Amino acid sequence: MAEFKEAPAGAPAGVKFMTWVDNRFPATQLWNDHLARYYAPKNLNFWYFFGSLSLLVLVIQIVTGIFLTMHFKPDAALAFASVEYIMREVPGGWIIRYMHSTGASMFFVVVYLHMFRALLYGSYRKPRELVWIIGCAIFLCLMATSFFGYLLPWGQMSYWGAQVIINLFAAVPFIGPDLAILIRGDYVVGDATLNRFFALHVIALPLVLLGLVVAHIIALHEVGSNNPDGVEIKAKRDASGKPLDGIPFHPYYTVHDILGVSVFLMIFAAIMFFAPMMGGYFLKFTNFIPADPLTTPVHIMPVWYFTPYYSMLRATTDVFVNVLVALIALSAVLSVLAGGLSQRGKLMVIVGSLLGIAVLMFFDAKFWGVVVMGASVLILFFLPWLDRSPVLSIRYRPTWHKWLYGVFVVNFFMLGYLGLAVPTALNTLIAQVGTLLYFAFFLLMPWWSRIGEFKPVPDRVVFKPH
Amino acid sequence: MKKFIVSLLAALALAGFAHGAGKSIPLDPFPTHRLNDMTALQNGARLFVNHCLNCHAAAFMRYNRLRDIGLTEQQIKDNLLFTGERVGDLMKIAMDPRDAREWFGIMPPDLTVIARSRAITGQGSYSGLDYLYTLMRSYYRDDTTVTGWNNLVFPNIAMPHVWWEKQGERRPIFETVVLRGVETQVFTGRWEQVTPGTLTPQQYDEAVADLVAFMGWMAEPMRADRIRIGVGVLIFLALFTVIAWRLNAVYWKDIK
Repeated sequence: MAEFKEAPAGAPAGVKFMTWVDNRFPATQLWNDHLARYYAPKNLNFWYFFGSLSLLVLVIQIVTGIFLTMHFKPDAALAFASVEYIMREVPGGWIIRYMHSTGASMFFVVVYLHMFRALLYGSYRKPRELVWIIGCAIFLCLMATSFFGYLLPWGQMSYWGAQVIINLFAAVPFIGPDLAILIRGDYVVGDATLNRFFALHVIALPLVLLGLVVAHIIALHEVGSNNPDGVEIKAKRDASGKPLDGIPFHPYYTVHDILGVSVFLMIFAAIMFFAPMMGGYFLKFTNFIPADPLTTPVHIMPVWYFTPYYSMLRATTDVFVNVLVALIALSAVLSVLAGGLSQRGKLMVIVGSLLGIAVLMFFDAKFWGVVVMGASVLILFFLPWLDRSPVLSIRYRPTWHKWLYGVFVVNFFMLGYLGLAVPTALNTLIAQVGTLLYFAFFLLMPWWSRIGEFKPVPDRVVFKPH
Repeated sequence: MKKFIVSLLAALALAGFAHGAGKSIPLDPFPTHRLNDMTALQNGARLFVNHCLNCHAAAFMRYNRLRDIGLTEQQIKDNLLFTGERVGDLMKIAMDPRDAREWFGIMPPDLTVIARSRAITGQGSYSGLDYLYTLMRSYYRDDTTVTGWNNLVFPNIAMPHVWWEKQGERRPIFETVVLRGVETQVFTGRWEQVTPGTLTPQQYDEAVADLVAFMGWMAEPMRADRIRIGVGVLIFLALFTVIAWRLNAVYWKDIK
């Protein structure tokens, strides 16, 4: 009790109360460290809204989700009817349902833009690698959460989408079929699957997600935000130790984010109230038919936010695996001949590539499709070490780097579009080219990120008062 | 680099042509103004309960919800309840799925949200109504089927032509067209009335339009509320955004 602080005599009740709390819980210290005296760069732009918007959408999904679980019945015979019950009979139920379905799609819009900001400004570079890695883990969790949640309405697309994706796990060598039974809880997608996906979607993954989000913000606050110029603001401080280009998060960015939230909510409300189906892309039309294990829909496709990865999965045909074999052989030959490796390094490359080729030819292309799909997300984790550019921000990179990023974006959209389309021969070929482009962007990055004429990075951030 | 992007975009454009999804026939546009016409909706409810509800259920819809289209509970009780249901009951039917499979080959689908489920992705939520409107008007006689009727929109449909007396018998007019060097029969969009029905073609089309309008309403009864509340919400948010924007500007004036 000796370390207890005392409020000054005659202090107002508020001060006395906060002194009592602060003696038992670091409330004022947390407030200062993370809001009122946490210094963020003053030149943050439009791209920096999406972190707080992600948090907002997470809260929206959790709150609407809680109200949905009050009425939803996770039973194969009752689920579809319970969703219609929520839509028609529960007062305001349709608002909650549409908020949750719109929120799911908007979550991905916001998170994709949030991740793209990191790509633009090098926000994953040292010392922020852990922020990025935790963020990628959040992205994986988000994908899993939305996949599990999509089965819950128990419509045709819910059922068959889950059937297709779980069958992919059955393609894993040796453990596949048992793994699929573990995921499904049964030999086919059924009531058992619905129940366990409900548990995972409602509590297991949201808990993990919340923990990761807290870790993400703690890691960020430890090193401070990056900014559009890629300049480290902590390098230039004033006499009292405050960064010269930093401003306290509260009130400047709290009020700034309120503006961002307001505009975002306008878009959210416009979609929710005027176009909740988004032409069948946010709420699939086929999902208004109750799940029927005996009738397969004509087109089975995931929701739009998974389509780029689905496209890469479908592109991995037997022919494509042969192309991958050729590419591994080529890159092995190139790195041995011109990579400047030691003897041991060369030996490892030769052995590794031979093993890789052998394994590629032994297992089914279906399995490699799953691997390619997984790798397309997992490669993001390695971005801090793939990017060898001397500057962080795209503003100071050679102009042709910007075109390269543009190609990457167009390619990603194209893969997404192809994931929604019918897999004709031409579409598959384009998707294969797109897949190679996607991976080339990352795997060749240690090389291309270093070449070109880089512009001089300023000492201080570029900021126009407004 | 520019050439690369242009060729990439060209590839993207080419991909669009690779669709070639075969639809049966082009769908007639449903007159969407009927969705807001209370009389049409009430007539559609009457037609639905009298003609469809014996085989098809609408198991997520309650009878008393019909108050939203202007019917009173007494009117519902007097005119729309036939087999001892109460006005607060769901529109369920007594048909056993096993019997249905024996009689029709398939259980007639529930129609509550059929208007939403038949919509086509990328063509808007009303494309389902176009589908239903065209389906009910595309029956023709076909001795090779079990029911004696076939349908241009849904070939070999298990559902008989319930309203054959109203519409009479019609024959679709095909013409021979040479497509890619092969002679094919293409539907012209015109029909020939073989025997007259109790309704004129225009009256029949209006009856179908009322029925489909009702099904469109039934699929999403809260649609009118949704749009009305949405307008209010967006006006509020627009005003709030202006306030938030000016508040932000006031705070940030200090930052140099």
